[in-house]
Amino acid sequence: MSFLLPCPNCGPRDVNEFVYAGELSVRPQKTPSLRDLTSYVYFRRNVAGLQREWWFHRFGCELWFQAERDTRTNEVLTTELVEPSRQAPPAPDTATPDAPAV
Amino acid sequence: MRLPPQPGERLNRDRTLTFRFEGDPVEAFTGDTIASALFASGRRVFSRSFKYHRPRGLLCCSGHCPNCLMQVDGIPSVRACMEPAREGAEVKAQNVLGSLDRDLMSVVDKIGGPFLPVGFYYRTMMRPRRAWPIYERFLRSAAGLGRIDKHGRRTRRFDTEHRRTQVLVIGGGVSGLAAARKAAEAGRHVVLVDDGLADDSDFESAPFEVLSPARAIGIYEGGLVPVDAGNVLYRFRAERIVVATGTIEQPLLFPGNDLVGVMLSGGARRLTEQWSLRPGERAVVIAAGGEAIAQELRSAGTEVARVFDLGEHPPAEIVATGRRGRVASVVVDGEAIDSDLLIMSGGRQPAYSLLAQTGAKVEYDAAGAIFVPRDLPPHVEAVGSVTGVRSAPSHPLPAYAGRGRCFVCLCEDVTRKDVKRAIAEGFDSIELAKRYTAVTMGPCQGRLCHLPSIRLFARETGADEAALGSTTARPPWAPISLGLLAGRVHEPTRRTSIHHRHEELGARMMWTGDWLRVHSYGDPAAEVRAVHDTVGVIDVSTLGKLLVRGADAIGFLERLYPNRFADLEIGRVRYGVLGTDAGRIMDDGTIGRLAKDEFYVTTTSTGAEVVLEWFQWWNSIWGFDVDVVNLTGALTAVNVAGPRARDLLVRLTSLDCSADAFTYLDAKRAQVAGVPCLLLRIGFVGELGYELHFPSTYGEYLWDTLLDRGAELGARPFGLEAQRILRLEKQHILVGQDTDSESNTLDANMAWMVKFDKDDFVGKWALEHMRKRSPRERLVGFEMQNGVVPAEGSQIVVGGRPAGRVTSARRSEHLGTTIGLAWVPPELAEESSRLQIRVEGKLEQASVRLRPFYDPDGKRLRS
Repeated sequence: MSFLLPCPNCGPRDVNEFVYAGELSVRPQKTPSLRDLTSYVYFRRNVAGLQREWWFHRFGCELWFQAERDTRTNEVLTTELVEPSRQAPPAPDTATPDAPAV
Repeated sequence: MRLPPQPGERLNRDRTLTFRFEGDPVEAFTGDTIASALFASGRRVFSRSFKYHRPRGLLCCSGHCPNCLMQVDGIPSVRACMEPAREGAEVKAQNVLGSLDRDLMSVVDKIGGPFLPVGFYYRTMMRPRRAWPIYERFLRSAAGLGRIDKHGRRTRRFDTEHRRTQVLVIGGGVSGLAAARKAAEAGRHVVLVDDGLADDSDFESAPFEVLSPARAIGIYEGGLVPVDAGNVLYRFRAERIVVATGTIEQPLLFPGNDLVGVMLSGGARRLTEQWSLRPGERAVVIAAGGEAIAQELRSAGTEVARVFDLGEHPPAEIVATGRRGRVASVVVDGEAIDSDLLIMSGGRQPAYSLLAQTGAKVEYDAAGAIFVPRDLPPHVEAVGSVTGVRSAPSHPLPAYAGRGRCFVCLCEDVTRKDVKRAIAEGFDSIELAKRYTAVTMGPCQGRLCHLPSIRLFARETGADEAALGSTTARPPWAPISLGLLAGRVHEPTRRTSIHHRHEELGARMMWTGDWLRVHSYGDPAAEVRAVHDTVGVIDVSTLGKLLVRGADAIGFLERLYPNRFADLEIGRVRYGVLGTDAGRIMDDGTIGRLAKDEFYVTTTSTGAEVVLEWFQWWNSIWGFDVDVVNLTGALTAVNVAGPRARDLLVRLTSLDCSADAFTYLDAKRAQVAGVPCLLLRIGFVGELGYELHFPSTYGEYLWDTLLDRGAELGARPFGLEAQRILRLEKQHILVGQDTDSESNTLDANMAWMVKFDKDDFVGKWALEHMRKRSPRERLVGFEMQNGVVPAEGSQIVVGGRPAGRVTSARRSEHLGTTIGLAWVPPELAEESSRLQIRVEGKLEQASVRLRPFYDPDGKRLRS
């Protein structure tokens, strides 16, 4: 591997500056069956072709982003920072006495 | 021996120098190569061949062929025809037993020929199997070229440099120069790489950068071109690559074609033009356009006995016969001519390898009898003769008839007979035949044998070259030293802010990840005693330290850890274990709540970066309102532990440290010796302890102060070894030591921290499934019965079969026994179960201990 990867923040950089974190996997929204859980945790599509995947610019801006890459040619079509979907419930706010900060 | 000064010679005859060949002095002019100086001194044999140890002489004088490989100043396989002569250089022959002129191994050539066909070692050395070690020892010493200097490690320094350019031109010939000049005039940033064959004067006042002598060793994806420039490897990233590598003159295949005195026309021309040497006394020329070559030879004073023009009168039979490995006569179509020099040329093959590496197609051009590159990718351009533009095709026969050995590949000593045999054995694909015979796999990398071998293969199999195709071209295109590929050693080292104090105290250091940490200060047992009896101080700056802050901080941590944090009061600390969605343990540490939405998270020493990336990754999906800051390097951490820890602390701070005011698992901010600290009351080593986190600039100052003021309390520093004994006495696990990538929180006896009633957390679903099934193994403490210390990784044996493993074991002086942690089958995870542990082949007895060995109720910890 020696291609250039355009970091959405820093521009095209040598791929060795980045950490590859695999194809996008979608975490189940609610309690999955054992079969769904196993396939989420252990199974990958491993496509020969266009793949959406995670990258981390470790020796650069330290941002996570997603890239669309052709796994056969290493041609990178797009890279983009992730717009997080606020799927998380608001933080529980119980049992916190209103004490002064440490 | 030299001709009178020639118009274009590279020599400076006013400046002489001397180097040594096999210990004897050799005179040379400045501008000579090692080979030209040796040739001038009368040497004709420059190497012995790889397998048969046949004498070989100068052939190409262009750095292509393997015939002049020598050992220069301890570096093996240097091409003597390209290596400038240097004052005092030590040059030696390689691959000989004895000397170049009398090589004892040449007996292989006399008797071994029939017994050593290609691939003989695959077949003849199979039986008896027991004899293989003997065969192997012989083969290992007989095979290979040159000897590596075992002490050469520190003699040269290599570096890698990353460069970018708009246009990279490879090859400094006429076309390459023109392309570089044109691009530079168009305002491009241009770098030209030349192997040193071109005349330096062409580069003077060039409007672009020139690297010479330097060799492009390949073209990789993304326009990456590594360039070998001696001690520096340039990793060029070029927008446009212009390949102007030209052509390589090809040899003819005929019996005796490897004799000393058989030369390519270009090699003879370089000897004459550049170094004013006469290549031989009486020559036969066999080439297309042979008369022009003959003219050049005559001007050097060589008598030309006969000229055979491949275009006009193509011969059918050529045989060179020799005396002592040197050409004595040449027989062409039955006509014998006495001569000591045979100048040949089988035409010129484009040096397309770099282009093929970019994905260009390689096609056989039947009209020119050469392979040519086609269909270049958009960012690559070929200029000049490498494109396959033919000047005068020479159409030699694939091989000429005649009796005697006809060498297809000089590097690997492969003959025409070997190729025929390979075909007979069924190697009918050119790629397989290449691997079996090793043709094109030697030092010349196919420069002189690729085209002839395929043409021969085509003729012998009756196929045509276009259908056979070409073998795959791979880097390196030019030979490269391994040191250049390895580059300079870059071993990142992280040192804590107190590192130099440890050195002054005579500490023995050890690696943990990139960190250098203190193993001990000489006496780990005494260090353990100090922690148990008085007070010890340890540098724990290597702990990862993350600040997690934001309105959603609680929700964020509750999602990441199996623990609950919503009920963690401000100023309190909780131990937590990070897991993956597979339910496996990833890292551990403490989480302290500093304010309503501000948390101080510590990780293991090697886990800081991984955990930080993990946090950031999840939050790039979740989008919580939270920021994570890595404070690992900014803060120094020191753990003060032991029954007198409180006595030491109260001397340095006005903070109320009484047991009631500062309880176990409290976090407080205070000045200690004037330094702003975050104090965590935690106890990894099992005694009353305070972990002080403070700005790294105060590292040495606070360390010194703690030891000075603690001296009369008996304070002493302790290292990792003492810490490991102490934590083992408490059965505190070390993630990564006692757990591996398969360990989960439940089996590691930490089910108490997993809050299954939470809506969701990373790993919840997997842990729920694991909770339902019975555990596969459990992590337990054990005590040896006879004090022997099993190595980490030792087997737990049940009924003669391995059933578990020891992860930690240490001698505890305090307990007077050997203790440890081990993964065992669940049925053995009962108090006092008997374990058998294999230690150096013997089964030793141990018994399971489920509670901490030391202070099991935690009274000292909470005191």
